[in-house]
Amino acid sequence: MEKSPVTMRPPIRRRWREFISMQNMLIVLLVLTLTTSTLIPLITLFSKAFINKEEQFIGLANFIKYFSTPSLAQSLSNTIWISVLSTLIAVSLAFVYAYGISRTGIRGKSYFHYMALLPLFEPTMMHGIALTYLFGNQGIVTNGFFGLLPEFHIQIYGPIGIVISEVLYLFPQAFLIFITALTITDQRLYDAAETLGAGKIKTFFTVTLPSVKYGLISAVFVCFTASFTDFGAPQAIGGNFNVLATDIYKQVIGQQNMSMGATVGILLTIPAIIAFAVDRFVDRKQRSMLSSKSTPYKIPDGRLRDGLYHVFCWVISIAILIPLITTLFASLIKVWPYNLHFSLKHFDFSNVAGSGLEPFYNSLKVSFITAIVGTIVTFVFAYLIEKSRTMKGLRQVGYFLSILPLALPGMVIGLAYIFFFNNPNNPLNWIYGTMIIIVLANITHFYAVPFMTATTALKKLDKEFELVSESMRVPFYKTFLKVTVPMSLPAIVEIAMYFFVNSMVTVSAVVFLRSADFNLAAVSLVNMEDAGDVAAAAAMSTLIVVTNIIVRVIYELILNKVKKRTAAWQTSSQ
Amino acid sequence: MSQAYLSIQGVDKSFGSFNALKEINIDIQKNEFICLLGPSGCGKTTLLRIIAGLEKPSHGRIIVGGKDITSLPPAKRNFGMVFQSYALFPNLTAYQNVAYGLQGKKFSRKEIDEKVKEVLSLVDLMHLHDRYPAQLSGGQQQRIALARAIVLSPDFLLLDEPLSALDAKVRVKLREQICELQEKLGITTVMVTHDQEEALTMADRIVVMKNAEVVQIGTPEQVYDEPNSPFVADFIGSINFLEDEEYGGSIIQRNMAVRPEHIRISGPGSATGISAIVKHVEFRGAFYRLLLQTVLTGQHLTVDVSSQITHHLKLTKYAEVSVEFPQDKMINFPSETMVVGA
Repeated sequence: MEKSPVTMRPPIRRRWREFISMQNMLIVLLVLTLTTSTLIPLITLFSKAFINKEEQFIGLANFIKYFSTPSLAQSLSNTIWISVLSTLIAVSLAFVYAYGISRTGIRGKSYFHYMALLPLFEPTMMHGIALTYLFGNQGIVTNGFFGLLPEFHIQIYGPIGIVISEVLYLFPQAFLIFITALTITDQRLYDAAETLGAGKIKTFFTVTLPSVKYGLISAVFVCFTASFTDFGAPQAIGGNFNVLATDIYKQVIGQQNMSMGATVGILLTIPAIIAFAVDRFVDRKQRSMLSSKSTPYKIPDGRLRDGLYHVFCWVISIAILIPLITTLFASLIKVWPYNLHFSLKHFDFSNVAGSGLEPFYNSLKVSFITAIVGTIVTFVFAYLIEKSRTMKGLRQVGYFLSILPLALPGMVIGLAYIFFFNNPNNPLNWIYGTMIIIVLANITHFYAVPFMTATTALKKLDKEFELVSESMRVPFYKTFLKVTVPMSLPAIVEIAMYFFVNSMVTVSAVVFLRSADFNLAAVSLVNMEDAGDVAAAAAMSTLIVVTNIIVRVIYELILNKVKKRTAAWQTSSQ
Repeated sequence: MSQAYLSIQGVDKSFGSFNALKEINIDIQKNEFICLLGPSGCGKTTLLRIIAGLEKPSHGRIIVGGKDITSLPPAKRNFGMVFQSYALFPNLTAYQNVAYGLQGKKFSRKEIDEKVKEVLSLVDLMHLHDRYPAQLSGGQQQRIALARAIVLSPDFLLLDEPLSALDAKVRVKLREQICELQEKLGITTVMVTHDQEEALTMADRIVVMKNAEVVQIGTPEQVYDEPNSPFVADFIGSINFLEDEEYGGSIIQRNMAVRPEHIRISGPGSATGISAIVKHVEFRGAFYRLLLQTVLTGQHLTVDVSSQITHHLKLTKYAEVSVEFPQDKMINFPSETMVVGA
């Protein structure tokens, strides 16, 4: 036997072969990809705000110019008060609506639930189009339902129209946060409050409100950011009322003033970054609120309460439905409001701005590819970051870069991509003007939410799976494909649907990136509206919404099937 | 002495400034069942993870069968591992879980089938081969995990608190099954546990650890009957430390100790015994545990007495008794002064 003096303490040899494992290479690739797709374009964009057209450093001159130009500074204050008002209305309505579904005994809960999500399937431009049909000069409400009622005039083009559109757009987002927050509760707290003799109002303020406090904070910030950065609604119905998002568009597309566009981009990002920080904080707090011993909420009896909530939920759900029905109706008749005969002629897009049905097919293609590629990338990245044991520092960088897009408005991503990829010195310059850059922008834009969905799903899996496989000398990708993916199928399908639906309706990032011969359906709405082809825009909106609803139905069917197949795998006891 | 099969030589591990392991040396013989026992945070799990290759030691070596495996990744070490959480793949049946590691290696379909059936019979679960883990009880799941760990005929087996998540009854039963299996296969096994009863009943030798260091290595009888320190005596089983009268107060000489079951009790007024009062009587089923206080020095003593003697001497609260310490059962520690805690 060879001699082995223990006291020598030989240093541990680090083997290169071990370091260059497939998993480590993938982690490096992951960080490089995210850096290229997110970080560098962003830095490029922000640095543009500090230089002039001659590429000279000008410090804060752009910001000073911005705030000293009355029309631009006006946009900022417009954006702020519009966002505050939209947020207040949307958050209040969504809270009561979600409360009605989760805490009262009303009937038709799943109908109400799905109705609340409907606006997610609609391009925000569509709300503007519908409002034009309802309250515009020829609107059905304006002319008193074809003369049946007295005429009714409101100035829909401008702040009122924007706020209504924004509320529709924000409502489902706030609703989703509240329905989760209201579900995370502990019946034992209500039992305790009752045994201590607290009344209903006192219980609401001492038990219910504190338990949804973080959801409330989160909803306010999410909604404020979303309306602050929204482009579709003000573009569709804003008239001459300017906001930051439309300013960027005008500065960049209209006046080719890139550095001012970048300046506005920074202003646009500030609330998003604050919201991002708050959301991270809130998320950590909320996770610690539910213990495994919590018992689910039992809805107490209350006929009057149920009746009131029932009426409220019906009113809201109809209000959500009206824009869609209006759009659908407008797209199917000959000439609004003079000839109300059925016609499919608006679906023949050959004579309108844009180029026939091509933008729609392009959108389908882009959304499909985004869904497939996006889902694979998201899930693999989340897996590498969550389940690897090596390269901790690099994985943390990867995690940060993965949730960073939460703080990035779509317009900022679109603009950043112009600056970065349109540079002839960039080796990736060739993707500029192709479908690839649109898919890439979409994946980057929507990546953070699916990434967190995937991470949550992965966290639920036993962290020893990887170790067990390693001890059995099974390569990690085999366990990934045979165990991790099948176990996470519900999350994977959800991610794919999220990517698809959002890619179908988005305007903000891709409005800068689509080329003249590659237009997208949602973007073509902007062109059609600009050109006055409102009926065609309504028809295109209908196509988008119908597609998304079909995708959603397919999603539900797949999910049902997956759930049935995986029922035997679910642990009931643990 | 024969050459050790699995040898841990001078292993140190620090995370930043925190020392998780200090200069650990353990020699494990082939076919031996070793328990790493200690309170939580003593470094026993870190040591197991180092043996598995999931952590790298800061210093030192791990030798298996004369081969230095310190720098080998887990996949090249040929061991089987069982976790507290079972870590069975929920989407695979019991059979598929066991077959998982065999597939993609140089086994034919028939060989795989034979091997899987063999180990499933070994753990008595052949009849449940097509169940998913969620359809099995905790004990059954852990047996499948065990089957999965041994089906690749590993060089050694690592068990990380394998019984902690189970009910008391199931735990005792599985304890026996694991020992039986280990004996039958003759596989070198290292088990981590914080349960001293588990260690005493299962191990060939116990490695008692505390604060990143090995305190004592020995057979269960050795660590129980001849603990080398007050810590080991106190951690394994119950113990009475006898106060040195001269010191009294808070600082005492803790170099004499005796187990509760070795103290002899007789009726009051015995010539050789020390007088004491019964302060508390605790019924333990098979025996009574008494808390006594000596009349002279006020020392507290825990004594286990059979039901028979308890009834015979009518030992109830405030009863007077005589206590004797049999000299051959006294435990002596090398002189060590320590501060008595609360």
